[in-house]
Amino acid sequence: MIDIQRLINRRKRQDLFFNFLGIACTLVGIITLLALMGDLAYSGLTRIDWQFLTSYPSSSAEKAGVLPALVGSLLLMFITVSLAVPLGVAAGVYLEEYSRKNWLTTVIEINIANLAGVPSIIYGLMALSLLVYQFHLGRTLVVGGITLALLILPIVIVSTREALRAIPNGIREAAYALGATRWQVIKDHLLPYSAGGIATGTIIAMSRAIGETAPLITIGVPLFISVLPDSPFQSTAPFVNFDWLTAKFTVLPIQMFNWVSRPDPAFHRNAAAAGLVLITLTLSLNAVAIVIRYRLRKKIKW
Amino acid sequence: MSTGPSQPAPSENGNQAAITHLKGSATRYWREKIIQYLLFLAAFSSVAVTTGIVVTLLSESAVFFQQVSLWEFLTETTWTPAFDEPKHGILPLVAGTLITTGVALAVALPIGTIIAIYLSEYAPFALREIIKPILELLSAVPTVVYGYFALLFVTPWLKWLFELPFLVDYMPELDAFSMLSAGIVMGIMIIPYVSSLSEDAMRSVPMLLREGAYALGANKLITSIRVVYPSALSGIGAAYILGISRAIGETMIVAIAAGMQPNLTWNPAEPASTITAYIVQVSKGELPREGPGYKAIFAAGLTLFVMTLGFNIVGHILRKRYREAY
Repeated sequence: MIDIQRLINRRKRQDLFFNFLGIACTLVGIITLLALMGDLAYSGLTRIDWQFLTSYPSSSAEKAGVLPALVGSLLLMFITVSLAVPLGVAAGVYLEEYSRKNWLTTVIEINIANLAGVPSIIYGLMALSLLVYQFHLGRTLVVGGITLALLILPIVIVSTREALRAIPNGIREAAYALGATRWQVIKDHLLPYSAGGIATGTIIAMSRAIGETAPLITIGVPLFISVLPDSPFQSTAPFVNFDWLTAKFTVLPIQMFNWVSRPDPAFHRNAAAAGLVLITLTLSLNAVAIVIRYRLRKKIKW
Repeated sequence: MSTGPSQPAPSENGNQAAITHLKGSATRYWREKIIQYLLFLAAFSSVAVTTGIVVTLLSESAVFFQQVSLWEFLTETTWTPAFDEPKHGILPLVAGTLITTGVALAVALPIGTIIAIYLSEYAPFALREIIKPILELLSAVPTVVYGYFALLFVTPWLKWLFELPFLVDYMPELDAFSMLSAGIVMGIMIIPYVSSLSEDAMRSVPMLLREGAYALGANKLITSIRVVYPSALSGIGAAYILGISRAIGETMIVAIAAGMQPNLTWNPAEPASTITAYIVQVSKGELPREGPGYKAIFAAGLTLFVMTLGFNIVGHILRKRYREAY
């Protein structure tokens, strides 16, 4: 009897111990996240002001700013999303709603799973060889946008498929029963119902793309630049112009990389400030995605 | 399915006419066909991307391997393509990649697995719902920010730790750039990849198995380690493989914090370049197509691609072999 009691006590201690171990490991992650943000804020917060956000890079750390990088990042995101979303959603719709189970579909599916595991820098190498040198598109915004769009394509496809799969078949059958064609079912019912899920996936993909550095360095995006691309809008007809697509550009993470690789600590403070701007962008994108996901889960009950 | 009901009641003539009209509508038919074809093209474009990657890597490397023998590439121990007497041995870069990956895995696999077990078996529901999204933010932080953190926060801190009086005799001297701090930070970055997927796998293990273990007198810990973990092994393996291929392909953390000098060493406290860091170092600024660096980065990239592909294939096989269907 005593032995059994001792055994029970030991097992209980084991469980208690593991409980603490689990909490400790979780804390390692959370504390690192806090330390990272605290460190960035400590070194960079005082550096962020209107001047920093609206100035061009400079050889003097105090005068330098992130304007071209910030504008570059935002324009690049615009191109990336407008390429990746139509293509990714179309691919997801095909795979989920049209494709039959045959070898071609299997090849496409295995291929998408593998693409998601290809290191981002490899996309940069492909873009350098194919887009910059074969197609002579230059180191421009549109090349950067295509590169990042291909990079996030698997994320958009997978989230589209998951959102479509969550729609019960009854919806499809009801629409077919009323004589709708397949495309009418997709356009009028499936896409509207899955829009929230697709949006969540797209926003997550954007938050990854906006911090992506390696493929852009590989295609030769300059480490700093002191001009802005032409404005997409103009005062004379036709009021939009597309010159900015072929403009040279740089982005926030590359600007930060430039500053962090300099030995002068004054530039490290700039790097921290650029990092704060960048992390604010990514974390707010993530927050938006979490909110959408949460509201969807609460609102939709099939 | 899309052609509608087969035969309506013949009594209503108007209805019948409408349906034959729809069936015979050529525009309707062709619009559907064209849309289906376009959607197929979109899906197939992903195959084109892979083909593009493989073809560019192979064709650009082919030029490289005309000048450098495969034997030299794999056995030479120095990597100096830009020197007057260039040496093209990929080993230092592969070693750098493997060591930083090894350090990262030494951090991420134990911590990630323990977190997964804790969240799936121990933590109350409400706590898990809060912790999971917070942990996933770890993989959302841009890697260049992690590089900054490794170089300017973790390295100085580790240096201070290693120079504590009771540790200084046992610990190596840490350089300003080191694979160790880059690897540790990389490990923390991939924790959520490991923990989230492993936890999903463990939670899909049916309750019956756990109840069987409890009935035999096991506690939660033994149930987790001896029953749940093995049953979820195929999913957990997939999570590990994902973590490994992330670590191998990770670029900015090592490029910033591990130094950029190719260095054949097994000591993680030293600086060294990895395959990815080398590519970044060479292609900063505009890389001319004729220079020595251009071909070399494609040979390095091909090596990287083969390594990650190898791990992905191993993962695929493991997943098939150990899959348990419930």
